[in-house]
Parts: sequence; structure tokens; C-alpha cells
Amino acid sequence: MNIDAKLGLDVFKLDKEPQIVVKNEICSTVCVNRACLYVCPADLFELDDQQRIVVNWEGCLECGTCMICCEKDALEWRYPRGEFGVQYRMS
Amino acid sequence: MERVDCIVVGGGLAGLAAAYGLAAEGLEVMVLERGNYAGAKNVTGGRLYMDPIRALYPELWEEAPFERAVARESITMMGDGAHTTVEVASDRFAGAQPQSYTVLRARFDQWFADKAAEKGAMIVPNMKVDELLREGGGDGRPGRVIGIRAGGDEIGADVTIVAEGVLGMLASAAGLRAEPAARDSALGFKEVIELPAGVIEDRWRLNEGEGAAHLFMGTVTRGMLGGGFVYTNKESISVGVVVGMAAMLQQAEPVESYKLLDEFKELPQIAPLVKGGTVAEYSAHAIAEGGIARVPKLFGDGYLLAGDAAGLSLNALVTVRGMDFAIASGYHAARAVATAKKAGDTSVAGLARYERALRESFVLKDLETSRAIPRIVENPRLFMHYPRAVSKLAESVFTIGAQPSPRLAKTVWKGARRDFLSLATLKDLWSLRKM
Ligand SMILES: Cc1cc2nc3c(=O)[nH]c(=O)nc-3n(C[C@H](O)[C@H](O)[C@H](O)COP(=O)(O)OP(=O)(O)OC[C@H]3O[C@@H](n4cnc5c(N)ncnc54)[C@H](O)[C@@H]3O)c2cc1C
Repeated sequence: MNIDAKLGLDVFKLDKEPQIVVKNEICSTVCVNRACLYVCPADLFELDDQQRIVVNWEGCLECGTCMICCEKDALEWRYPRGEFGVQYRMS
Repeated sequence: MERVDCIVVGGGLAGLAAAYGLAAEGLEVMVLERGNYAGAKNVTGGRLYMDPIRALYPELWEEAPFERAVARESITMMGDGAHTTVEVASDRFAGAQPQSYTVLRARFDQWFADKAAEKGAMIVPNMKVDELLREGGGDGRPGRVIGIRAGGDEIGADVTIVAEGVLGMLASAAGLRAEPAARDSALGFKEVIELPAGVIEDRWRLNEGEGAAHLFMGTVTRGMLGGGFVYTNKESISVGVVVGMAAMLQQAEPVESYKLLDEFKELPQIAPLVKGGTVAEYSAHAIAEGGIARVPKLFGDGYLLAGDAAGLSLNALVTVRGMDFAIASGYHAARAVATAKKAGDTSVAGLARYERALRESFVLKDLETSRAIPRIVENPRLFMHYPRAVSKLAESVFTIGAQPSPRLAKTVWKGARRDFLSLATLKDLWSLRKM
């Protein structure tokens, strides 16, 4: 089962506003590690064809790992507004 | 501004334990929870150790929606192609008063919220707190917390109990604690896989209602701090991986974290256990692993910190705790606030009894005893070298080759000399004495 299929099992209520915003002006200048590309357990971060980091925030599990691991403070990260985001039924 | 006696931020175990106790004391308490219901955002492994908390709200646990009483504990050290398991069963683990139960948080937290509501607590779901309101702060001092702002509304309270969980976003924004650092944090993620109860009992050799807890260390995290886990629930199993964030950042060739769980499930010793199961949910959560050195000041003018928001958790490799600390800190928070309210003093001085109570309880005592653990487990040899070496040695003991076999003692000696008799091992042993 691939990661998208796993996320497909979860219940999400999507907010209109993204809860993660990538500040690519930082990523492309001072970040060498690019940890967001591999630490995210939902694999939401990827490079576009201009080598810019994009985040598919809609599948965010709200664990905060990207925010904690981003050493250059290049992520604006917040919980979605109340009522929105992932809603676990078990876990 | 609307006012209540006490606001609780977060309907997790710490917040709900606090709300239950406060409502039982007749205080007006409001729990604000950002999820659709209590538990909607919460993830654990996991199992709840009962003995530390059984006496706190004794009337509650009889009817709690536990999954299974853990009757058997196993830990597997995984090497390359060989692994060694230590399995411990005891009549006392799952006897008349089981020492631990597996739980699923969406179910458990909703039940707990209902219990708090029955006592009179007001539980408000779908409500994210945006800010802790303060007055009189400045110059690096947080000032008095006088309530919260949520979705444009402000609500005042004599005391605000901040039980917002591991990321501590509100508390750190208000200067009540530091932001979580990679070095003190782990990522945990898991699948809940449905299997019929009978299949679980057969596969894990369990009596009806009993459960198993199984931890794995070594190659599952590719030698990084952390490990794999399998907990049996009533009609599902929780299969997951915990990995230290700093360890992830230090990888020479980084692997995408989520792949560790796929690799784990494909291992020959795990695949038959999950076979035929239906994956029902995938979840992830951060874990505070800094230990007591990272526990912030737990109280101040008008506020208390409880549970993960205060860093109250402990990963001691063979035991993982946080839920019992959350419940106990919520309980003591409620008692402290109730006493402070009666005395009419919810200032720093009035709330100081909270930290004193935690110091006298297992919460800060156990964290203090384990002070050295977070730095000990940063040693990569624990996750790389030893699981391999133990398994290699065990394998050689059980191997009969085509050639005449040496004496058993010689085989053991050879393996021990190869992998265990070194200055590094002695140093590691020396550090482990503080575990
Ligand atoms: C993978 C994993 C395995 C674990 N295994 C175990 C185990 O086996 N045994 C054990 O004892 N512990 C275990 N733990 C630790 C344990 O789960 C935690 O210590 C425990 O859940 C902490 O409870 P809490 O109430 O402090 O925080 P949480 O349960 O995180 O509750 C915080 C609540 O606050 C809410 N919230 C946050 N911010 C806001 C806001 N701004 N406004 C409104 N609401 C907000 C959240 O939605 C949430 O409901 C494990 C943890 C993980 C991740």
C-alpha cells in the first residue's frame, strides 16, 4: 500500500487556507539539508521542476515533525482552524 | 468577556483528567478542543500503565473502554537476517488488576470527555485556541495568564490549564516553555490494522481479552534512535515506528521516514502477523523525549502546564510512558486549582502546590530517576551494533554446521570477544548504569 493510499484511509476536513507555507526564498538560499523532503511521515513535500519545495498540505497529519526539523525556520506552520484537518477515528 | 473558573486547553488525557477533577469539585470548567471530538487529533502507541494512576480516579477505570490487558511483553533485537526476542509473561501482568491495557485514543478520549461532561465540565469541540491572553507581562516575563482567545472570542478564567500536547505552540508563543527541538523529539507513526479478535488471539497465543506488547529495535530504524512496535487491540493491531528526529537529520543517506514502516511490515517476522488484515487508519504524532531536563516551569500566575505540553513523557526503550503522566498531571492540576480557588489565591504562590504535588508523585520522581536516559539513548551503538551482535551470537549458538562443532563455551567466547569485549562496550555499559 503506497503512502497516498494510506492517507486516503484517513478522514480529513479541508480548510480553505493552507496550514503549511514554505518560504522558498530561505530554502533555496540557506538550506542544504532539505529535511522536509524525507522526515514527513505523509511524504507531503516534493520539488517542482524549478527545484522549489512544494507541500501538499491537504494530507497533513499535524505531527509537527517538519516544523521541528526545519533548521532554517523556512516553514510557516500552524494547526488548521478548529474543526478542520485530520480527524482520527482510532489511533 | 465571558468568564469561567477554569479553562482547559486541549481535550487529550491531561486536559480531560483535569476537567473531570475540577468539575467533580464543583468548579466551572470549559475544555476547548480543536478536533471534531476529543481524541480526533490524538495518537498513542500504545498502552496505558494502570498502577501509577489506578488510585487517582478509582471509580473511572472499571468501565473504561480499554482494548486488551497486556499479558505478554516482548522485545526483539533485530540484526541482519537474524533477530533475538526476549519474551516475558507473568500471571501478574494481566491478572485481577492488569498492569497495563492497550488503548485507541479516539474511543478512549471520547469516553473520558463524556465522563467529564457527566460531572459538569463543558466540552467544546471544533474550537482551536489561538492565543493565551496575558496581562502585565513584558521584559521577558510572561505576566498573568487571564484567559484565551479562540476564533475571535475571548474567554476569561481564574486559571488556564494548558494541556495542548507535545508541540506546545500556545505555551511557547507566550514564553511559558521553549519550542520543541529535534534533539528532544521523536516522530511516531503507525497503522491500525483490523483483524478479527479470534485471529489476534491465535496469532499472538492469547487468552480471550488478553493482549501483547512487542517492541523491536535495530535494523527497523536502520540503527537510528527508536524502534518498531506492535500492540494488540480488541479487533485491530497498532503497528508503528518511532524514530528520533535528530537521528533522522544526521543520516548520511536519508531515507523517507514513512518507508521505515513499510519495511517493518514486510519483515519475515512481521508479515505473517499482519497478513489478511485491513489497514483502517494511518496516523503520526510527535513524542517528547527530552526527559526532565526539558520540563519547563509547570506553573505561573494564572496557568498550569500538564501532560505532553509540559514534556511529561519517558521513553526508556523497553517501556514507553506518557499517558499515565498526562492523567496524573491533569489530576494534580485539578486538585491544585480547586485548592487555590478555595483559598482565593490563583497567583504563582497559590498554584505552586501543583509542582510540589508532582514532585511528590511518581510523575517527577520517575522522570528524575530517568534523567540520564535521553542522553544515553543518543548512542547509536544501542540501535546498530548491539541488536546485531546479540543476534549474531545467539544465531551461532543455535547453529550446527557441516564441520565438527567447537565447544559451546568456545562459540560464545568467540562471539563475545568479537562484539562485546572492547573499550567502547565497557564505556556503553558504564553509561547504562544510569538507566
Ligand atoms: C507513536 C506513539 C506511541 C506512544 N506510546 C505510548 C505508550 O505506549 N504508552 C504511553 O503511556 N504513552 C505513549 N505515548 C505518549 C502518549 O501518547 C502521550 O504522552 C499522551 O498522549 C499525552 O497526552 P496529552 O493529553 O498531554 O496530550 P494529547 O493527547 O496530545 O492532547 C492534546 C490535546 O490538545 C488539543 N489541542 C492542541 N492545541 C490546541 C489548541 N490550540 N486549541 C484547542 N485544542 C488544542 C489536541 O487536539 C489534543 O486533543 C506514545 C506517543 C506516540 C506518538
